[in-house]
Amino acid sequence: MVFLGRLSIASSLALALLTMALMTLTWSARLGAGDANSDEVFSAAVVKSLISSKVGDRDLAIAELGRDSSPLAGQILAGLLKGRLYVDRQSGAFYWEEAGLKLLWPLADGPALEAAPTNARKVAVNNRQRELIEGLLSLRALFDADVKNRRVASGALIGAPNVDWAVINERLAVETDERVLDNLKVVQALGSLRDPQASAASKLAALTELERLYAPAAQEDIKALAIDSNLELAKAAQRTLRLMDARAQRLALAETVFFGLSLGSVLVLIAIGLAITFGVMGVINMAHGEMAMLGAYTVWALQSVWPGQPGLALILALPTAFLVSGMVGASIELTVIKPLYQRPLETLLATFGLSLILQQAARKGISSMNVAVSSPDFMSGQWAITNNFSVTQGRVIIIVFCLLVFAAVSLILRKTRLGLEIRAVTQNRAMARALGAPASRVDTLTFALGSGVAGVSGVALSQLTNVGPNLGQDYIVDSFMVVVFGGVGNLWGALVGGLIIGVANKFLEPVNGAMLAKITIMVGVILFIQRHPKGLFPQRGRVASF
Amino acid sequence: MKAFDQAFKIFTLALTVATLTIGVGCLGFSEPLIAPSTVGLLGKYLSYAILALSIDLVWGYMGVLSLGHGAFFALGGYAFGMYLMRQIGALGVYGDVSRPDFMVFIGLEKLPWPWLGSEYFPVAILMTILVPAALALAFGWTAFRSRVSGVYFSIMSQALTYALMLAFYLNSLGFGGNNGFTDFKKILGFDVHSLGITVALFVASALVLWLAIVACRLLVTSRLGLVMVAIRDHEERVRFAGYKVENVKVAVFVFSAILAGLGGALYAPQAGIINPSLFSPIFSIEMVVCVALGGRGSLYGAIFGAFLVNYVKSRLSTLAPDLWPFILGTIFVLVTIFGQGGAWGFLRRGWGKLMGEKAVGYEPSN
Repeated sequence: MVFLGRLSIASSLALALLTMALMTLTWSARLGAGDANSDEVFSAAVVKSLISSKVGDRDLAIAELGRDSSPLAGQILAGLLKGRLYVDRQSGAFYWEEAGLKLLWPLADGPALEAAPTNARKVAVNNRQRELIEGLLSLRALFDADVKNRRVASGALIGAPNVDWAVINERLAVETDERVLDNLKVVQALGSLRDPQASAASKLAALTELERLYAPAAQEDIKALAIDSNLELAKAAQRTLRLMDARAQRLALAETVFFGLSLGSVLVLIAIGLAITFGVMGVINMAHGEMAMLGAYTVWALQSVWPGQPGLALILALPTAFLVSGMVGASIELTVIKPLYQRPLETLLATFGLSLILQQAARKGISSMNVAVSSPDFMSGQWAITNNFSVTQGRVIIIVFCLLVFAAVSLILRKTRLGLEIRAVTQNRAMARALGAPASRVDTLTFALGSGVAGVSGVALSQLTNVGPNLGQDYIVDSFMVVVFGGVGNLWGALVGGLIIGVANKFLEPVNGAMLAKITIMVGVILFIQRHPKGLFPQRGRVASF
Repeated sequence: MKAFDQAFKIFTLALTVATLTIGVGCLGFSEPLIAPSTVGLLGKYLSYAILALSIDLVWGYMGVLSLGHGAFFALGGYAFGMYLMRQIGALGVYGDVSRPDFMVFIGLEKLPWPWLGSEYFPVAILMTILVPAALALAFGWTAFRSRVSGVYFSIMSQALTYALMLAFYLNSLGFGGNNGFTDFKKILGFDVHSLGITVALFVASALVLWLAIVACRLLVTSRLGLVMVAIRDHEERVRFAGYKVENVKVAVFVFSAILAGLGGALYAPQAGIINPSLFSPIFSIEMVVCVALGGRGSLYGAIFGAFLVNYVKSRLSTLAPDLWPFILGTIFVLVTIFGQGGAWGFLRRGWGKLMGEKAVGYEPSN
């Protein structure tokens, strides 16, 4: 596989012509790249042209490397792009710079140099060449074995100038992945739209194709076509634009709803715990946010214990945080809440005092700064639903997690002995006690359950927001609003209320900014409560009159 | 008269003595015997005391716990602060007479409409009263009419002040955003930092506090005051007895908001700054704790609590700033669990025993 070896000494123009002519020929050769001999990858002249004083020679060398499918050529190109390729002009040796220099060519796979060559300099490329290299690299990536890389590469080709059509056709013939195929078809259609020589019929076909595949990148080209002198073509282009606009709006809507749901599910997670302590028990726990803070710090603590295993630590943090916050909650109930039943306003003040103490304890005991909590891979990855719509995996997981916690708490309240006792004690304390329910212990356990759920929500929060002493404070007003909005004493109220507030927030944000959106929601909920003092889902029956 | 009992006389005497001491101590000698900064600090406590009084009126006597009373205080402060900002005039950094410095800084060309007339002192006083009153009327009327009460009202009022805090942090609102108003130079044309004005502001604060006590005492010893206490102890029964509970609540709430606003107006020039942190829920809750510590439902106790908490706070924030949240938190917990009636209730019980009177403390309602 020696291409055009010594021809690079010839004039740039002649070489350019030859390159064009040979492009298709050499292309078929590259498909057999697997059995290439590493010692005859490319000639010394090609590599040396990289540092030629003539810009044309350097361009040609880059093009040459682009056509070579060997890993070394790819590495050299990547090195050029990232500024990692160094050369020693005296010996003509090329180095890869990564924590020291490593000989790359002519002795590939060598060990790191013991003594780095003192006169090695970075091989410079200009902006135009950088673009060229990017294009070449993405073409190379089209033949990558990993389908993810092919998807990215094919996506990057959309709208790129100077596409190598031969390569595209080559790949189209063998590609099996639906999304890569779609991307490549968009590239082709865009190509024929831009081609001044293409017939009206082929442009029409391209438009239909773009309409079907939905490619926002083609918008500008279609707009240009919409004022074409060919009326039929212009009309078709306008139609495509309309359809694409509608599609874009639908996608934006889906995205807003998704972000709203993920924000809402965070609110729901905190509000569920609050719905238990506030809604079911009638206790206003202003330290609820600090229970969530404890949960978030649990993640941090466990991740510090196993620095290499952020994912495992995160999963283990769920039960741990439940226990930690639950136990703190139980002790709060025993010491502070118990003397204050029947006096809800006083409970509010006392628990607020506790929240001050807990916050300050976190500030003094750990740090007044935020601590670093890392996200494991499964939380930070992107999940592409289509070529034009992708969501963060972490957010999806949190939405699902919120529903799971909701289901679990509902089950506990409905199906377990504790749940039965909780409901009995809250509905009619005296009667429940007469029938043998240990009311005082049930109170403690209920409060512990609510606090434990708050701790679990803190684990989820640690993945979305900064973990610090103010974490609880930032969410407490919001989550009280959720509970009051949804209807006190009602888990469904917390769920629906939280999701509605979250989605409404995300819909308002683009209209008048994040701060004003929040203010609008607050005022909206205040006004809503004036009309419906019992919230969205008012509790019926005796419990409601308190 | 029933309204002006022995405690009132003692309070009046104490306030007069304090005012005279400060007046003579500062102005009667060539070198002031009391540092002007101390006078400013005491004046600030007086404005806090007015706020605590207003909270006690609605909470201690009517059972309405507002966790957003700081909002009325702050609004009064902002309304008066606007006048102080206009008084700076050409003395500002940019020397622009037509608008305050921060507007020049954020590129606001024209005074926004809320600033209309803010250069006149009487307008400023009027706004100090009207703005908190209007908000209290709108909020109280809608809330009480739909029978939002108890903890729901507390949470709603907290949300109200929180929403206002977020709003006042916005630069685009035209009230100085993050920094609020500061660097006041003049009041009524006099230098705001001069000794005379410092003392005058203190005397004004003491006078407003005294008038507020007079008004509150008249109110709580009137028949309306009896209805208020009845609402606190059993709202439904009062309603069934034919009283318009909502009207009573709204009226007292608005009056209380006006008091809070006046306190804020006195706070702004004495603190030298007014910013959105006064809208933060924690400030309001701290003031509620002052009332709880001093003794709710006793008016004087609220004033005592405001002085005590803020004195300890400013002492500790210089001596041991890290300790303050722990101590405040502990006060919250202990006072609510053990301190029924607060410090005032404790004093009254002791005094009552000495005098053989029947104790009149706060009794919890269900």
